[in-house]
Amino acid sequence: MSNTSLNNLTRGIVKENPVLVMLLGMCPTLGVTTSAINGLGMGLATMFVLMMSNIAISCVKKVIPNIVRIPSFIVIIASFVTVLEMLMQAYTPGLYAALGIYIPLIVVNCIILGRAEAFASKNTVFQSLLDAIGMGIGFTLALVLLGGIRELLGNGSIFGFSFVSENATPLLIFIMPPGAFLALGGIIAVVNKLRGVN
Amino acid sequence: MTYLMIFITGIFVNNIILSQFLGICPFLGVSKKISTAFGMGMAVTFVMTLATIVTYLLYYTFLRPYGLEFMTTVAFILVIASLVQMVEIILKKSSPALYRALGIFLPLITTNCAVLGIAILTIQKNFTLIAGICYCLAAALGFTLAIIVFAGIRERLEHTDIPPLMRGTPIVLITAALLSMAFMGFAGISY
Repeated sequence: MSNTSLNNLTRGIVKENPVLVMLLGMCPTLGVTTSAINGLGMGLATMFVLMMSNIAISCVKKVIPNIVRIPSFIVIIASFVTVLEMLMQAYTPGLYAALGIYIPLIVVNCIILGRAEAFASKNTVFQSLLDAIGMGIGFTLALVLLGGIRELLGNGSIFGFSFVSENATPLLIFIMPPGAFLALGGIIAVVNKLRGVN
Repeated sequence: MTYLMIFITGIFVNNIILSQFLGICPFLGVSKKISTAFGMGMAVTFVMTLATIVTYLLYYTFLRPYGLEFMTTVAFILVIASLVQMVEIILKKSSPALYRALGIFLPLITTNCAVLGIAILTIQKNFTLIAGICYCLAAALGFTLAIIVFAGIRERLEHTDIPPLMRGTPIVLITAALLSMAFMGFAGISY
């Protein structure tokens, strides 16, 4: 694999992580991460749409007139979200119910439109796929990390496996809405420290 | 009475930003000054109400009678995107003053998940048209309230001595957490 390809693949995972560094896609990040498994489900669902839309958009990029570019991208993305919605409803009904409104809202996730506009509309199909995989993994990792921390503090478990005794009182606040902001604020502070910002 | 409860629940108890996490991008991005926060709130209120009415009518007169419910996401996002463009063009021609006030926020609203989210939730909750309008107005006012209160806090934060580690996004998120905790106090009056 050439150097550019490798760079396109790995860039989204750490250096330009869409959630922790670029601060994109905040709504699903905060909304669904009450447990690690929900974070994983949302991450993979978004990654699926990201991969399909990046492939489709890089295929048709020469055909779409520049002026209707954004609406066309949105239609392509919305079609794949509809496909995903039907697949999840049929095969993973539990996860479909848990993620709820955030599944159709993948359409307006700024990561997907952002990658379509910034990358897939300018690059080859293969490179766009690599970019989508990298960004998808980065997004999934961030969601699993946030979901894991919130589940551990708020429920005493990770992926449903309990770590604390039955009598311990978990910090319920972490699986309630304020906990999402608190945990993400903490994680980003640590990430900024590691990146050497400030 | 029902309408009043939908209204109060929508603004305070199930606040669209602080408890449902819809529209976080403008909440974090356009909340540095109270005046711009107010402009964003008004633009969202306007577009959200219009979008909910149009998508509601589209769903019940076209999508459902013809069995096209699976097209909801695609149809709604197209309607919202073109609606925003149309509002922008009409405002530019008819009311330049309002356009100057709201204009820069309008393009941002297309990808604001609050608008699409509320349009879909109104359908999912099986509201009548009037209840649906109440619901989306309440959500929009809740958005405006939260973003203005938040902008007020951020204006004060500018002049405080924050630990270097927390500067920037972390302190903004922690502040949002505290605000969200304060809004949890309203949970007792839920409907």
